[in-house]
Amino acid sequence: MFKRIFSKRNRILVRELVRTDFKLRYQGSVLGYTWSLLRPLLLFVILYIVFVRFLKVGNGIPYYPVYLLLGMVMWNFFLEMTMMSLGSIVGRGDLIRKISIPRWIIVFSSSLSALINFLLNLVIIAIFMIFNHVAISWSILYLPLIFFEVYVFALGISFFLSAAFVKFRDINYIWEVVLQAGFYITPVLYPLSRITNHTYQKLIILNPMAQAMQDARYNAITHQSITSYALFHGGYYIFIPFLVVLIVLLIGASYFKKNSINFAEEI
Amino acid sequence: MNNEVVIKVDHATKNFKLPHNKNNSVKSAVINFYKRNKSYDLQKALNDVTFEVKKGDFFGIVGRNGSGKSTLLKLLAGIYSPTKGNVAVNGKLIPFIELGVGFSPELTGQENVYLNGALLGFSRKEMNALYKDIVDFAELSKFMNQKLKNYSSGMQVRLAFSIAIRAKSDILLIDEVLAVGDAAFQAKCFDYFAQLKKTDTTVIFVSHDRSSLERFCEKGILLNEGKIIESGDIHKVLNTYSGIIMEELSHSQSTSTDQDKDINQKSNSKDKSASINNTKTVDKDGISKTQFIYGESISIDYEVIVKKTIINPILGITVWKKNIDSAIYATNTLIEGYKETGKFVKGDKLYFKATIPQTINDGEFYVEPAIANESATIVYDQKLKATTFYISGSNNPHSLISSVDKIVFHKIDSSIKPKKTTK
Repeated sequence: MFKRIFSKRNRILVRELVRTDFKLRYQGSVLGYTWSLLRPLLLFVILYIVFVRFLKVGNGIPYYPVYLLLGMVMWNFFLEMTMMSLGSIVGRGDLIRKISIPRWIIVFSSSLSALINFLLNLVIIAIFMIFNHVAISWSILYLPLIFFEVYVFALGISFFLSAAFVKFRDINYIWEVVLQAGFYITPVLYPLSRITNHTYQKLIILNPMAQAMQDARYNAITHQSITSYALFHGGYYIFIPFLVVLIVLLIGASYFKKNSINFAEEI
Repeated sequence: MNNEVVIKVDHATKNFKLPHNKNNSVKSAVINFYKRNKSYDLQKALNDVTFEVKKGDFFGIVGRNGSGKSTLLKLLAGIYSPTKGNVAVNGKLIPFIELGVGFSPELTGQENVYLNGALLGFSRKEMNALYKDIVDFAELSKFMNQKLKNYSSGMQVRLAFSIAIRAKSDILLIDEVLAVGDAAFQAKCFDYFAQLKKTDTTVIFVSHDRSSLERFCEKGILLNEGKIIESGDIHKVLNTYSGIIMEELSHSQSTSTDQDKDINQKSNSKDKSASINNTKTVDKDGISKTQFIYGESISIDYEVIVKKTIINPILGITVWKKNIDSAIYATNTLIEGYKETGKFVKGDKLYFKATIPQTINDGEFYVEPAIANESATIVYDQKLKATTFYISGSNNPHSLISSVDKIVFHKIDSSIKPKKTTK
């Protein structure tokens, strides 16, 4: 099965589609690719001014600006990938109607574009970590696994949304609202410790995005980040977010597969 | 050429559900779900289509607009899946229906070549090897670093077509591409097809153009309303196709003449001394008909009722081809040497018949009969479109008439006396 998925033709296609995506992304802008790095940089400045200087919500968390930035960048990755993938099938309707290529490749390549952008953002974070003298430990090696979890979660959602969008064009508005809500129930801007009710804390951490974000912060920046492991004292509950990711992927992929044969007619 | 079957379409049916109310929003989907409102029109784009294409064949698909040609091509390309039946393709197929799929106006010509190549399944390395050929064939080497949005549409098509035919594959699907490009580029494409015929490439060719289909294809199918109504030898298929077109034309013709009968059939005469009636086209047996096969004897006859005494009238006909300004054939009693046709009085009936040349090629023709006085200064009666007839089946449909004399063709060789060869 893997041999078929990663056949030569598919690899060529993915490479060329991602390349095109990237060429077109900053088409016509003066700074071009620099924006990929400039955006997280400017975001950091804003977060620093608002949350560290004005609001002082840090709650004594060390390296709070970097802590914020990591969460923000992870959230933006999730947002960008799902939004880009959502419209990818409809956006590439000309291809789908005229050529027989595996449909999932279109979603997959737009997810890779988002992933590459995310990796560029991580470079900026790494620079800030060094500048802020964050003590880097071996546990930072967990990060790729955590990011992989976020990627898989977003991929499952992307498959579902992109296929559903072919049939129902108001999916994108609904998803925007869901993302807005998700942004506030995920501890992106505020430290989880600000929520004093433990039940709510536990409920929030069951969300894979919150769990991944807290774990990433814990392993890369500061042990002040509350993880699911700490909240549930290592109980079976810590597996729930991973289970959610897996279920979302399975549902998304099978919904996509079932509907993809009719894409050419329905777009 | 061997007998390996590369494309096998087995009782393929493709239906499209055209919902009366498309559930394009979640709200209407929810409402309709509860209403159990699942009403839709079933459009049968293809109905039980079966055929086979053998390796190395040039296979033509002919049919009017909306006959299911594009749906069939999309089934072959794997873009649609059949509702019923089976489509099996054996070999690497260049799956393009339209040219320039995935072309992006913001990318340069060169970048688009690689992108399009990737969509057809070729890596950068493979495309590097083909690149120069592609650019040369498209005659665009000067423009490859410009963005595609600055190309003319002809340039875009040339580039796309070059990629498509340079990219080696076992099966090519070609859909109406010859309508674009100038004459020189078309000639190049034809050369390329001629080369392809020598290789083992299978080509599925969809076109309205009789001459190119006739030139390259050996076999084909004719689709009408989603069904195959003729298959096999391309000439047989094309003749049936002409028949359908002609029938269609004569239907639309009869309705239009009903509408503007007043204009077309109204006598153009200033003088009412005689009137023309009953103009018709007849075959060699004198049987009235309007559809003729090329080469068949076609005669035009009419009757004249004399209303006042007339002396030595001139009777004649003119034949016009649709959309052409000058008459393609005309004759009358004077031209044919009947100087003194006689004196006729009120109540006399005259009969006129002219046989037109048998070398007139395909088309739709109008007959204009007329009767005038001895010096042709007064027109007694004239009918602009008294009747219409059709010719089909010529092997040379792009010129008005076919040649009558055989041509002479040979290589000039001083040592041997010229030998006459015939067409």
